[in-house]
Amino acid sequence: MYLGRVVGRVWSTVKNPGLEGKRLLVVQPLTPELEDTGKPLVVTDSTGAGSGEIVYWVRGREASFAFLPEEVPSDTSIVAIVDEIHVNRKKRADR
Amino acid sequence: MILARVVGSVVATRKDPRLEGKKLLVIKPVSPEGKDEAGYLVAVDTVSAGFRETVLAVSGSSARMAEGCKDRPVDTVIVAIVDEVSMDAGSKQR
Repeated sequence: MYLGRVVGRVWSTVKNPGLEGKRLLVVQPLTPELEDTGKPLVVTDSTGAGSGEIVYWVRGREASFAFLPEEVPSDTSIVAIVDEIHVNRKKRADR
Repeated sequence: MILARVVGSVVATRKDPRLEGKKLLVIKPVSPEGKDEAGYLVAVDTVSAGFRETVLAVSGSSARMAEGCKDRPVDTVIVAIVDEVSMDAGSKQR
């Protein structure tokens, strides 16, 4: 699972029936220190996350499990909205 | 999921029987701002996408969950035609 920030939305009218009614968001992956890392990507949202929110998302087949028993063709999905992150910066610097 | 633009099509006569009747397109990944990114992919189309349209493709084993692709040998499927991508003001543009 990865951290990310919601930075945009995607609109689509014509889509596979499995994606109907699913929110599509653009997420920028983040480090635990909340710095951008890597390229933004499009994900389905199972939590109702809003723009600017810190979320965590899963990649792969598991992304569609968030919508079970529906079979949603998605390989990246937001599964939680993050309240707080605690990182022991000192320990990380020691590594 | 991959944001991409349709840049071509693939024609194949001899193929796995489970791919028969499936439209194959060549897509090029793009950034949310619409800029081209590296590489190309061949994807099965489930939404009748056309040339130069921006689409959303799903890859890996999730691709087989798309309607019409169950138990077929595919790993990249076009599942949506993108109308618009809106980025929040203040987010870093790349």
